[in-house]
Amino acid sequence: MSARVTLGVDQKVESRDILITRVDAAVDWMRKNSVWPMPMGLACCGIELMAAGASRFDIARFGAEVMRFSPRQSDLMIVAGTCVYKMAGVVKRVWDQMAEPKWCMAMGACASTGGMYRSYAVVQGVDRFLPVDVYISGCPPRPEAVLEGLLAIQRQIQQEPALKNMKRADRAASYAQPQGPIIIRGDYAPKVTEGNT
Amino acid sequence: MTLPQAIEKLQTHFAAAVSAPVEFRGEFTVTVNREQIAAVCAFLKAECDFAMLVDLSGVDNYGTDPRYAVVYELCSLTDRSHLRLKVSVPEDDLLVDSVTGVWRTADWHEREAFDMFGIRFRNHPNLKRILMWDGYPYHPLRKDFPLAGLPAELPATAIEAGQVQTASMNGGPFVTAPGARTAARREPRQSDTALDRQDNKGTN
Repeated sequence: MSARVTLGVDQKVESRDILITRVDAAVDWMRKNSVWPMPMGLACCGIELMAAGASRFDIARFGAEVMRFSPRQSDLMIVAGTCVYKMAGVVKRVWDQMAEPKWCMAMGACASTGGMYRSYAVVQGVDRFLPVDVYISGCPPRPEAVLEGLLAIQRQIQQEPALKNMKRADRAASYAQPQGPIIIRGDYAPKVTEGNT
Repeated sequence: MTLPQAIEKLQTHFAAAVSAPVEFRGEFTVTVNREQIAAVCAFLKAECDFAMLVDLSGVDNYGTDPRYAVVYELCSLTDRSHLRLKVSVPEDDLLVDSVTGVWRTADWHEREAFDMFGIRFRNHPNLKRILMWDGYPYHPLRKDFPLAGLPAELPATAIEAGQVQTASMNGGPFVTAPGARTAARREPRQSDTALDRQDNKGTN
């Protein structure tokens, strides 16, 4: 007669000492909660980015513990400010030096579309040469909007097939954006609803 | 020395090269001959105590002859008075003496005037572009240069597609559709494919 054998590990799962999950979920969870920004603060949005990193709005609550100015040590490039053609080469070079996995956030109107500067000197949106994941509108966006953008990136990261991506040379190609680019309104801190991806 | 005294001293010393002062709302402007501008500036700094060059800028008076001008704003720190000098520069001879020998700060201001208008400065220590990149073929602040810009080559940098495209004006300068539901409709942006189709033909 076979009795059901209770292994010690079952009790540990019930008491939540052991979690059973998929590698993708675990790796994505770890990555999304430790996204260290690379602040490419080019202009006025840099001030609001500093505010988001300071104590009142505190981006570190969400895992973005430190602003790492070295591309080797950061995960998320936040392009905050106007990018002129002369600077675009520098931004691209820094982006290329960042190690995979990496994400990009276009903060503010100038980084998203060139903003109010429809002119000869300003790149009309950094997505002309960078793969942007999240756009934040605003001039400048409120720090809460920056935090919402970070949360949107975290939601994206949680959906990534991490294991499959590790085996691919080009992460960006496998990344799916079924609803198109994610745009965060910069003037308020929206509630998280079903419509906000 | 007060400002009227300084101007009188200047007029006595450089009779022909310097015009009578024009006063507008307490600000005095003097027009100077292009050939004598360096000497006038050196005199004003040494004898009339205008120790600071506050600003130096180029001007494009499109449609008048001579077309360009260079404007110098001087300040006497002891007297707290300002004096403005204007030099006319004709389009066919875009050359002015540099005043970097008098005030070091003129270095970068003259580079900006060269970059934006094409006005060259004789005896400048390092006359090259300062705001745009070195190989940029145009002078953007001339009145006949469109705001949206013209297609140009970017220098070889990390960007693969090194092509400066014209900004999309959409009939602008600023075209909005207020009240539209999404930001993309409120402030329309030209798509990249449309730009390619247009083949970078100026403003649209």
